[in-house]
Amino acid sequence: MKKLIGRIKGLKKTTKVDFATYLGVILAFVLFTVLRDRGLLNRSITGMLVPICAYIVMAVSLNLTVGILGELSLGHAGFMSVGAFSGVIAAQSLQAAVPSAPVRLAIAILVGALFAAVAGTIVGVPVLRLQGDYLAIVTLAFGEIIKELINCLLVGCDSRGLHIAFNITGNLTINDIGMEPGGMAIIKGAQGATGTTTIASFTAGFILIMLTLVIVLNLVRSRAGRAIMALRDNRIAAESVGINITKYKLMAFITSAALAGGAGALYGLNYSNLSASKFSFDTSILVLVYVVLGGLGRMWGSIIAAAVLYILPEALREFADYRMLVYAIVLILVMLATNNDQLKALAGRIIPKRKGVSSNG
Amino acid sequence: MAEKKVFEKGKMVPVPSVSIIPERDLGKSPILECSHLGIDFGGLTAVNEFNITVGRTEIAGLIGPNGAGKTTVFNLLTKVYQPTRGTILLDGLDTHGKTPAQINRMGIARTFQNIRLFNNLSVEDNVKIGLHNQEKYSMVSGILRLPKYWRQEKAAHERALELLSIFDMQHMANYQAGSLPYGAQRRLEIVRALATNPSLLLLDEPAAGMNPSETAELMENIVKIRDMFQIAIMLIEHDMSLVMGICEGICVLNFGQIIAKGTAEEIQSNPTVIEAYLGKQQ
Repeated sequence: MKKLIGRIKGLKKTTKVDFATYLGVILAFVLFTVLRDRGLLNRSITGMLVPICAYIVMAVSLNLTVGILGELSLGHAGFMSVGAFSGVIAAQSLQAAVPSAPVRLAIAILVGALFAAVAGTIVGVPVLRLQGDYLAIVTLAFGEIIKELINCLLVGCDSRGLHIAFNITGNLTINDIGMEPGGMAIIKGAQGATGTTTIASFTAGFILIMLTLVIVLNLVRSRAGRAIMALRDNRIAAESVGINITKYKLMAFITSAALAGGAGALYGLNYSNLSASKFSFDTSILVLVYVVLGGLGRMWGSIIAAAVLYILPEALREFADYRMLVYAIVLILVMLATNNDQLKALAGRIIPKRKGVSSNG
Repeated sequence: MAEKKVFEKGKMVPVPSVSIIPERDLGKSPILECSHLGIDFGGLTAVNEFNITVGRTEIAGLIGPNGAGKTTVFNLLTKVYQPTRGTILLDGLDTHGKTPAQINRMGIARTFQNIRLFNNLSVEDNVKIGLHNQEKYSMVSGILRLPKYWRQEKAAHERALELLSIFDMQHMANYQAGSLPYGAQRRLEIVRALATNPSLLLLDEPAAGMNPSETAELMENIVKIRDMFQIAIMLIEHDMSLVMGICEGICVLNFGQIIAKGTAEEIQSNPTVIEAYLGKQQ
């Protein structure tokens, strides 16, 4: 045991932080599973478990773009939306072919991630060549475009396969896409996905969070991650040591988009009805708030911020009208507290050795 | 200085670029050859007719009054700016149309006048980023932590400490780069540039902000680096004791034009140079 403690102490600080993050997520999962199975959680909390998982994945993946790559993305919900609807289409249309719900969920998450990665490539390739705030502007527009596109998307499925139509004129309905009678409607334009079989589970959410953490944390600690952080810290110097700027920017951005797509698929398959307006600009900003309050580049911070700030508005329900006011005040207090030098010094006295490399846990 | 000649179109013609110290590298091809190099910014000619050659293991100095275009020359060599005119041959290969990252992979590494470190990362990570192109594992083996990852990361860790030991900085490996004292930041930048395995190292005012004893130490280290790695070093510096002390060839730039080339003694007695620095004698 003593030997083990010695070995743990000998690890690098970043490795310790990573392990603590994994351990914390596992403990939280076990705790909430036990509480839920004992019936100690109220219904509203139980219903929030899967969305919390999805938002944690969203926050961690956005932190890869904003904290590690250093580019501002204002359309992360757009990738979530792409993932959600492609995931729902995949899961619904494979109902007959793949009877096992967990396998179907896994396929849906993969499909969601893949489509979001494609969307990330389409946005990233032209924009990441530019320097400055262009990415923020373009992703903002992207999020809105995706919302409008899905609003006029009609998708159904019958024995002959998928039927897809774009209801650009507004005259089409789900009956006009050439489905056989008895075919299943999956997405009905502005109504969004309807009649989805909800197959998302808390366990799947937990696995997705762990996968996301493994991908993001291991990426950050690898050669590629160092290159990404190098071009965040100093682009000119990164170029001068031979780092291909566009390649690594794209790598980080597409990974981030793909993970958001996976989160979207999980989220989408948790609700029987889901409209595109759920993934609006507000959602993007909400996730950005999680990232900023949790700390740029700090993955465990994003996890805690996403979980706490998602529950907070619900927990504040008894304040009724003052709910959002209290929410805003809490945000401001957290910001003040995390930027206060005196509080930081106090924390430094309580937890010694907080100096040194403060980068990216 | 004897003019170098080549055989061209049936007769010997003088080469426009004269090696700064021809006697040192006679018989060997030079590492860097610039001919007719120039750049215009709008109507302003910042550098013009810049012709030099640098030998394989030469320490060359580039000096001149403020605003002479010295850093612009470095930016041209590393393609931060694309030259308007002229060619740059590195080890005989044309560098036309290359990006700064490609230039680094071809063998030119540099430091910056205003230090550009990766401030939020550790000292060790800064050096490891310099080793980026010598590590070969892919993003997937990095995420899955395949044996390749562990092997190469271990090698990179050892190499980084080895490089840091040149300046006796191994004990600082876990410090945050931005928190280092000024002199150490300058040294770390040199280590990071060396990590990219260059054949030509460009140092932009390496002794800026250093006290005389630090400068003396730096001079020893520059010579040590040249001898250890067998590379060419070209430096911009205002500290004349450093330039005259270690540079085997010196090139003086004024208003974007080369006004003199030669050894330290030749430069010190050159009337054009004295005029450029001190003004015309009455």
